[in-house]
Order: sequence, then structure tokens, then C-alpha cells
Amino acid sequence: MSQPQDVLTVKNLRVNFHTYAGDVKALDGVEFTVRKGEVLGLVGESGSGKSVTALTIEGLLPQNAEVLSGEVMLDGADLLKLKGSQLMTERLTGIAMVFQDPTTYLNPVLTVGSQITEILASAPKLFTKELISSRLDDLKKMEADKSALSPELQKEKGQLEALPADAKLSKREFNRLAKYYALDILHQVRLPEPERIFKSYPFELSGGMKQRAMIAMALARRPKLLLADEITTALDVTVQAQILKLLQLLKEEIDTSVILITHDLAVVAEVCDRVAVMYAGNIVELADVEELFKNPLHPYTQGLLASIPRPDATKLELTSIKGSVPNLISPPTGCRFHPRCPKAFDRCSKEKPPLVEFSPGHFVECFLYGG
Amino acid sequence: MSSTENKSVASGSSSRRDDIRHALHLFRQNPLVLVGLAISSVTLLISVLSPFLVNPALANDTHSLVKNCWNNPIISWGSNISTCPGAVHPLGTDAFGRDLLDMIVLAIPVDVRIALEVVLSALIIGIVFGATAAYAGGIIDEVILRITDIFLAVPGILLAIIFLFVFGRTFTVLTVAIVIIWWPTYVRLLRSQVLSEREKPYVEALRAMGAGRARILFRHIVPNSIYPLLVQATLDIGSVILTVSALTFIGLSPSDLLPELGNLASQGFGYFFQAPWEIIFPGLTILLISLGFNLLGDGIRDIFDPRLRR
Repeated sequence: MSQPQDVLTVKNLRVNFHTYAGDVKALDGVEFTVRKGEVLGLVGESGSGKSVTALTIEGLLPQNAEVLSGEVMLDGADLLKLKGSQLMTERLTGIAMVFQDPTTYLNPVLTVGSQITEILASAPKLFTKELISSRLDDLKKMEADKSALSPELQKEKGQLEALPADAKLSKREFNRLAKYYALDILHQVRLPEPERIFKSYPFELSGGMKQRAMIAMALARRPKLLLADEITTALDVTVQAQILKLLQLLKEEIDTSVILITHDLAVVAEVCDRVAVMYAGNIVELADVEELFKNPLHPYTQGLLASIPRPDATKLELTSIKGSVPNLISPPTGCRFHPRCPKAFDRCSKEKPPLVEFSPGHFVECFLYGG
Repeated sequence: MSSTENKSVASGSSSRRDDIRHALHLFRQNPLVLVGLAISSVTLLISVLSPFLVNPALANDTHSLVKNCWNNPIISWGSNISTCPGAVHPLGTDAFGRDLLDMIVLAIPVDVRIALEVVLSALIIGIVFGATAAYAGGIIDEVILRITDIFLAVPGILLAIIFLFVFGRTFTVLTVAIVIIWWPTYVRLLRSQVLSEREKPYVEALRAMGAGRARILFRHIVPNSIYPLLVQATLDIGSVILTVSALTFIGLSPSDLLPELGNLASQGFGYFFQAPWEIIFPGLTILLISLGFNLLGDGIRDIFDPRLRR
């Protein structure tokens, strides 16, 4: 399943949460890959393990969680085995996470600008080169636009060009360049008046603007992978559309891979390249987005798609999947979906079906399709 | 975009002006805070300018006296007779014949200096130990808390008196003694704030960004938790002045002749029926200063906390 263009490979991930009522078996052998430059949608209902998967990748699981097995390979390094400063560097530049509710995930007493520049200043060595080249690009662009730079800017350009590749900037100079860099990023996430936003406190911005600021903070680090955990859930519908549009634009502009976690199939259809459907801690189906919507294989996916209300529907009642999500302290034996599955047979309750490739690129975890 | 960008990098003054306008607006809503601000500002102003406001000879004499009192216990001086408030001495003179108004003006910086030193030290100790206790948790938290318990259990004034007896009656000992009875409140206050603050989602976001523990704690959590401490500190400037005056009033002053509000009141106490002004005016000054800082403390949070600027 793993291929060279894969940025992230998750293998056989099993996570338990210890609680007083017993162990919650939250993830039960999750496997998927993210290719370079793609948007992978991770869909499923509440409690299916989407967010736990994200937190495991980020290494942010709470104290009572235990990773039983599995590996999370990001560009050849197993994130689950990293410790200390390596882990911090990987969090800084490897994976950036954007959270559900932008209101609570920004520090309320620092301005947006200082929150971005602070990330850069926390590891000057990692970002110096990026800052210099970004400022030089700006200056060159200005030069191209106006055909000549003012003497000061000309001088600045000369100085920056003269810097060696491994230059160490003074704190003042670093902060100055970091500010230009942050303004560029704010501009890139299509925030109006970046200068004003830079000086604003989070409470002075609307929900959509805050989410853009969060995305800017994530992008400032030039991550290999962006983890977007329900980023549109707390926003209203028109703003949702804008943020999704932005995500698509950015994906093309900066060539980063994205995992988009959502329970909204419409969002998936809109922005994702591939989709992984999760149910009760398993990935039950994984396919290209068109393939999945046209030809859903797993009974759960079929049920999900059938329960989307359609304007042309003739019957008045909404379709739903019978039953409810199982209690993961004592999950059903075999296939975790079998008690609700209309097509279940004997074997389903006895063995866990393997993930099989039914057609090229279309994986499914169900005995109906072999295994 | 770049040209406008450069302009804003250069200026950036508009938000400062907004801050001031916001502060003025708050004052208008709550005039008592304005009174507090006025009293505290005048107090601080007098503290800075006091040597220039009084009879130069008196200022000179007491200056060396005050200076000595930081290190040497007990100095004595000559005596004189007190006179009524009148044209020459607006508040009368004290038992040593010194102008009472001048003496009060000279006394304010002494008290304010001790108060500021105590409050700042307590604030720093509170931030360091409170934040460490809350963020580290476990045994470190337990140890720090039990130590604060010990200090909170002993009556503060009593502890200070013992301290002054053992180490001698100097201002240095007085300051240290009051810091020792003062810091536990700050540690507990900051600890409780940090405990609630560290569970907030933005802290999780910071960890996801690979920020280190110290950075998260001191750059993000502490600035979010510090506002109640700033309020407490402002209120405490008044309370420390009260405590200092109380200690010197009961006779723990380094010198009888010292211009210090509690000491002035204490000296006047002996002549309560013959020269009541000697105790009334220093007492009123103490009352006024404490009141001023208390009123200011009530409003200060609204001014500094950016979260409340809506």
C-alpha cells in the first residue's frame, strides 16, 4: 500500500483509552497513506475515531491513552518513536494542525501578528533562510512592478543578497523580516488589510478571519502535512465555503498535503482527492472521491450515502442506518459494523475482515469483497 | 501591497491611541477609579519629588536619617515643642518642632518605596513559584503549596515582629519581613489561574506547534493568568503601607524621629489631647493613600486585560 510519493503512512494503529468503566478501544488497526499534494478526507460519525487518529499523528493524546501498536511514518521518521527536541521540531515543521473552533485555539492576549512571529522566533535556525528568501522575493516583485526600487530598498536588497546561506541574523533583523513574512502569509490566506490584522487581538476578528489566522499560523511553518480537524464545523455556511475554497487554493500554491477531518460528505465531495471512511475505530473504505461516491462498496458507506437528503427524493422519510454506534469498551466481535449491517452473515461476527484492494486504489474492509 | 505594508511598519501609532481612548472611556464609566488613579498618581509624584517640596534643611537632615535607617537600627535626635496648625505651619508641627506637612511629604516616599519593593518581590515570587507549581504538578506542586500553608498559618504581623526583634529594626529587615508574610497569597493566586488556563484549547494548539514547556508557560499562560495578580498587587500597595505603618506605630520604627507615616502617628499618639493634629494628619494620609490604591485596583484589570476590550 505504501508508495514513494507518500508523505504520511499510518500502519496498524491501535489506541486504547483507559477509563474507570474499562478500556475504550478507540482505534483498531487504522491504516492509510497520504500522497504528496493531495487532500485526504477522513469521514465518519462522532466517535468513529477521526480526531483520535489526528491526535495520535500529532502525538497529543491525553494521559489515559495508550498506543498499543502501529507506526506513523512521516518522510521516513516514525513520529510515535520521536522524543524531546526531535518531536518538537517535527511538530514545528512536519505537521501543522488546524483545529475546530478558532475562537478558543488562539491565545486571547497576544496579537495575531505576534502569535505568528513567535512561532518563527521559537526556532530561528529553522526559519532564517526562509525569511531572507521570502523578503528578497518581495523586493524583486516590487522591482518588477515599479521597475525601480527606492534607494533604501535597493540597499536592503543588496545587504540581503550578500548574506551567506547559513547567516545568523540579529534578533532585531530577524523580527523585522519575520514581520514581513507574517504579513505575506496573512495576505496569502486572503485576509483583507494584513497590516491591521497583524496588530489585532483575536477577539477583534470574526470567526472566519480567526480560522484564516489559524491557517496562517499553520502555513507559516511550511509544514509537510496539514491536519485540518473539522475546521469548518464552527463556522456558518457561507464562511465554510470560503475557507474550503481557500484550502484548495493554498494546496495548489504551496504544495502541501492535507488531511481533512469532517463528518460532512458535501465538504468531502467538494475538496478531497481521496476519502477514507471510518467506523468505530476502523477505516472501512478508502478510495478516490469520485469512485467512492459513484461506487460505494462497504455497506456502511452505502448507508451513509443513502442517508444524504436529496431534493428530488419522492419519499418523505429520511433514510438512516438502523441502530447506533457501538460502545467501544466492549465492541462487537469480528466486523464492528455487523450488528447494524443489512448484509451481515455468520462470518462477520467471528472474524475481523482484512482491508482488501477491490479495484486499483479502492480499498474496502468487508467479507463481501473477498478476504 | 508592499508599499502600504512599509508605511504601517513605520507608523503603528493608531492602536496606541486607541488604547488610551479605551482607558479614558473606562474611567468615565467608573469615576471612582479615576479618583483612585488621581490619589495614587499624586502619591507617586510626591514620592519622587518630595526632597524639592519641603524646607531644604529639613529634607537634608531627614535624608541622611532615612538613609541610615536602611541599615542601622535606632538613631536618636534632639527635641522641641509642637505648635498648632497656622499660617506658618499649615498642619502644625510635630513633637520635635518640625513642620508636619513637610514631614508627611517626606514620609510618603519612605512608605511607598517599601510598598513597591514588597509588592514587586511578592509578584515575582508568586509568578515563578505559582506557575511552576501549577504547571509541574505532582510533588513539586505539593511541596510549594505546603510551604505556603506554613506561612499562611502563622499570623503575619507576629512573624514580622519576631523578625524585627531578631534581626534588628531596619527598613531592610522590615521589607524582607513583610515580603515573607506577603508572597504566599500571590503563589496561590497565580497557581489557581494557571491551572484553569493550561486546560484551554490554545495551549493544546501551542503544543501541537512544537512550543516548549517553558515557552508555553511564561510566554502564553502567565500573560493570560496575570491580570488578577496585577489587581491584587495594586490593592496591596495600600495594604502594605497600612501594615508598615501599623508595625512602626506599635514601636518597631528604626528611629523615633523618622519621617514615616506610622511613626509620625505613633509620636503624635503621646500628645493626643494636647496636639491632636499630630496623629490626625498622618493617619488621614495613610487612609487616603490606601483608599486611592484600592480604588485604582478595582479598575486596573479592565484597562490592562485585552480580552475585556470589546
